[in-house]
Amino acid sequence: MFSAGSGYWFTQKVLCWRAAASIAWSVLLLPATTAAFVVLSKFSILHPVRMLADCASVLVSAGSVFSFILLTGVIIMVGFLTFEYYTVIPMIACSKVALLGRLLHPRQLLYCLAHGLMGVVVGWCCAVTIGYRYETLGSVCPKTDGDGPAHMCLNEHHLLLLLEGGFVGLSHGLLGVIHNMNYVSFGTVQQHKYLCFKGSLPLAVKCSAAQAFYSVRNFLVFYFFLGHIPRAWICRSLSLHLDSSAHPLDTISGLLDLSLLYHLWISAAYLLFSWCITLLLFRIFVTEAYSFPVQSTFTEEAPQCLPKVLSEKQPMILKFLALQDLSLLSQHSPSRRSQVFSLSQPGGHAHNWNAISKECLSLLAELTQRLVSYHETVATNGRTKSLSSSSEQKTSSESSGTEDSMSSRPAFLMKTPASVFLRSMGAGPQSPLTSPFTPDLDSPFASPTLRRLTAPLDPGSPWHGSVQSPHVMRRAPKLWSTSTDSQVNGSPPASPASLPSPKPESSRPSFLAQFFQNRREQLPEASSQALFADSQAHIWALEGLSYLVQASFTEDQFGVVQTTLPSILSSMLLLQEAVDRHFKLPHASSKPVRSPVSLGDSSHKTLRFALRATLKTAIYRITSTFGAHLHAVQMSAEHRKRLQHFLEYKE
Amino acid sequence: MCSLALFPPPLPNGQTTLCESNNELLSGNKEDTQNASPLSLHFPRESLKLHSRTESSSKAAFLDHSETLWMRSAAAWRDGGLTGLLNEITDSDSEVPKWLSVGSGCILALLRWISSFHSSLFPHLTLSCEDMIAEFSQVLNWSDCVVRAFAWHPHTDKFAVALLDESIKIYNPKSTTTPTLKHRLQRNVAAMQWKPLCASALAVACQNCLLVWHVDPCSLSTRPSSSCAQVLSHPGHGPVTSIAWSPSGALLLSASPMDTSMMVWDVAAESCVPLQRVGGGGVTFLSWSPDGSHVLASTPSALFRVWETRMWTCERWPCLKGRCQSGCWSPDGSRLLFAVEGETVIYALTFAGAPGVSTSSLTGPQAAAVVADLSETTFHTEDGDLIVGGEIQSLSWDPRGERLAVLLKGDPQATNRPAIIAVFKTRTSPIFELLPCGFVQGEPGVEPRLMQFHPNFQHGALLTVCWSSGRITHVPFYFLSSAVPHVALSGSPSLLHPLERPADFANQSLFTELIS
Repeated sequence: MFSAGSGYWFTQKVLCWRAAASIAWSVLLLPATTAAFVVLSKFSILHPVRMLADCASVLVSAGSVFSFILLTGVIIMVGFLTFEYYTVIPMIACSKVALLGRLLHPRQLLYCLAHGLMGVVVGWCCAVTIGYRYETLGSVCPKTDGDGPAHMCLNEHHLLLLLEGGFVGLSHGLLGVIHNMNYVSFGTVQQHKYLCFKGSLPLAVKCSAAQAFYSVRNFLVFYFFLGHIPRAWICRSLSLHLDSSAHPLDTISGLLDLSLLYHLWISAAYLLFSWCITLLLFRIFVTEAYSFPVQSTFTEEAPQCLPKVLSEKQPMILKFLALQDLSLLSQHSPSRRSQVFSLSQPGGHAHNWNAISKECLSLLAELTQRLVSYHETVATNGRTKSLSSSSEQKTSSESSGTEDSMSSRPAFLMKTPASVFLRSMGAGPQSPLTSPFTPDLDSPFASPTLRRLTAPLDPGSPWHGSVQSPHVMRRAPKLWSTSTDSQVNGSPPASPASLPSPKPESSRPSFLAQFFQNRREQLPEASSQALFADSQAHIWALEGLSYLVQASFTEDQFGVVQTTLPSILSSMLLLQEAVDRHFKLPHASSKPVRSPVSLGDSSHKTLRFALRATLKTAIYRITSTFGAHLHAVQMSAEHRKRLQHFLEYKE
Repeated sequence: MCSLALFPPPLPNGQTTLCESNNELLSGNKEDTQNASPLSLHFPRESLKLHSRTESSSKAAFLDHSETLWMRSAAAWRDGGLTGLLNEITDSDSEVPKWLSVGSGCILALLRWISSFHSSLFPHLTLSCEDMIAEFSQVLNWSDCVVRAFAWHPHTDKFAVALLDESIKIYNPKSTTTPTLKHRLQRNVAAMQWKPLCASALAVACQNCLLVWHVDPCSLSTRPSSSCAQVLSHPGHGPVTSIAWSPSGALLLSASPMDTSMMVWDVAAESCVPLQRVGGGGVTFLSWSPDGSHVLASTPSALFRVWETRMWTCERWPCLKGRCQSGCWSPDGSRLLFAVEGETVIYALTFAGAPGVSTSSLTGPQAAAVVADLSETTFHTEDGDLIVGGEIQSLSWDPRGERLAVLLKGDPQATNRPAIIAVFKTRTSPIFELLPCGFVQGEPGVEPRLMQFHPNFQHGALLTVCWSSGRITHVPFYFLSSAVPHVALSGSPSLLHPLERPADFANQSLFTELIS
């Protein structure tokens, strides 16, 4: 799946096993869920004995064994898809168009379609298991005209269950894409896997029951209006007849059948629940803390040690787990901390600490840079001014245009949250802000220019890092108006990159472009969310650094931390300043709307608040530990003033 | 081991405890206390504007407006859930069909019958909200208290006071403004705590939710708006009787006797993780050890748990007699002292793995050891006999581990058996020892209700006591700490050097680990 990179061993040895274990557990749990489904589907309060007998006969029948094998296959497939599509950095669509673009991305479409197909399979299994009138697709028509050849008639109840399975599966896939169902978040507290699972089980039941209710409602509307199309198609292709004596189901009276509705709901809930369990188990298994060795005596194990792993880029989850481990070891494990503070045996260099602190500091610096450039890009009303980087790029000549537009937003292009696509694309830096359709570059909406613009940048290029030359800054992005900048350049501004037909002769955006522009700007808070999408890494880096610095006060025998203390403090204070400025923007401090119970993890929406709180706590942790000793640390006057506020508990 | 008999006798009538100096408690009469400390506050009961009328009684002031049954049912469903809806339907039997009202009445009766089973298992569930807070609060006689909660800031000299009129005032000696915090949901405040490693965040345990106020220390506003407060609520989690911030400031725990699970809040994300274990029927009191490694969680039954905070697993500790009323941790987190309702002794548990513990106890404690017996003792004073001792309301250990304050309940009916604070001298290293120090007494006829040690008092320990009269006083204990002050360093072992003690205390020692 990955090229044989440095993170390859991790994927091979840990991730695959974790995914396999989670799938195995969800398959093992399947009999229990199926049994519960059978009991619930046969439920009748008046005939309890018959119900039990029915259940027992269903559970041992050959058909149910076959459907159980099918279901196992479906669960394995769902688990595999989850493993293939999961991401630790959520994809945040900054606009409605971007969301649409993401939905129409072939990769995501494939995901939804696969879920739809598996939904049909589960629907068939449900139909077979419930039995009664749902059992087969075709049935012998009741003789109406006395003697004639026996026709096969369509059993609409069976068809209804099949279609319902497909519909629910498809909508589950679509909602999964919209609500970031594939986003794997790391828990607030560490718990054992069993307890974690037990704790989230009630939520899974509640969510899948509620979601099944809404899905069935939507499906009924769909079937009521459009049900005749698939029915006619099935009849034609399988040469089945419509049973004229039976009541058609796409009528109000046909659908107002309580037992039918109950069966539809229970099978939808069963489908969603078994998939939810798979997802839940996957999340729990894959986010389990992994303990990396701090240093190893064997050189071949060196790439698996924490300092080395921290600087890995791929797979992203490896970096996250390493940072989590750093945060945990800095809090809980004195023996591993002493390894961090130790010196290398020949030479006496603090390689471990240097590597760890360098990586953490570069993470913080990168976030600071990202925030600063964002702040320069946005207008005061909190909306992005424009994607002038792409439009400008069109106007400029090929050679310089790319560089210029890139440099106008260096941080975005270079260090944006990686996404699910990165896993397949390699480390392609993408911007949630520059592209109108979010990082999604493979999308048919993304223009070639945009792709070129956001193409992987050579880290060795002069534009890597913080480029803020006055020449570059002058070309700050403009709202796409009759900007003098582009007029000077001799060509008018172009519409968003996606639009193939901007009118070059008019300097005003076309109506369609305006429409898209309006759509683009509809989710102002999302850009703020997108900025902090990968902030869990920064939170751990802050925690790890501050705990290590705190522990160094008593545990660091060689004073290795002292040498980096000024840079740690200054980068934290710089970040604090940038975060403070960001929260002064209109939409940044507004709380996201509380989403109702859903399986999609919405913790990414509040990451910026978590980062702000963690940052303050981290600075306070250092100031409260070192106290007046900090006056001896070299730093700029402005930082000293700021630090004084922290020392006096006035921040 | 009758400990209280070794205490110096209580003060004569009219004298109040001022401070401890040179190893003895000094006292003075009323005039001395008036100007003792600039931070002493007095909240006379009459000065507080109380809600004279409850919300339900204000209905009478409005005209009767008949809404449709649907509207009323929807409102009942919103306010009271299923029971509210059933009640509404049963009450309006003139408008609904007969079968519906009868049916809902039957269901209601059935529900009550079932819940009566549940509450016979856990009798505290039948209590009303306020009674429940009063029952499980650390404050003596909470419902009648003018000062309902008190919280020192962990790093600075400011503190927050929750008053009977549902407002919270924040006092800071360095500033003249006293912000008053009021919020619609801030009712029946049972506990407050400032977030460690933060200047501004104050968590408040309210009747139905938790509030986290962000009070900017530089702001001059005296009435921060309610938008400064984060509301953390979870269905079924109320009334909240105890909260605890982790010493690292990352997590907030909350407990409610109605909810069997303890909540771990990520305050920034406003999300919570319920931690649930079978048994107990609720969580009443939480105490996070200062090194952050353990949490004490007591339940309304004769059972308490000690959670380990790395993987959040817990140890069950069944008590013999009653529930665990209060507990406190030694500064290094290795020792837990707790008191059980219905008993007059203080128990100690020693935890392994924490720094400063000898290797002999690495297997973990098997049983709690009794370290002090506070059974009733009669002192003969010139004003007559005074009985001291009995059940323990709350325990508080100063941040250096040198003074232990015990609030004894007393008997409200008997005049010669008041609630009183007994203070012990303690030593945690090299061995754990308890020595008598004395009683802290207030003005005549005034009972201590609530006490808390200042988290970083430079010259020893500072005990803040809230009295039943609405007065808040501070009693300093001046001593030279035998420990290097490492108060700010949670998680690091404090290097303790035992100091030479006066010889006359050696034979007065109440408890040492050598004899136990």
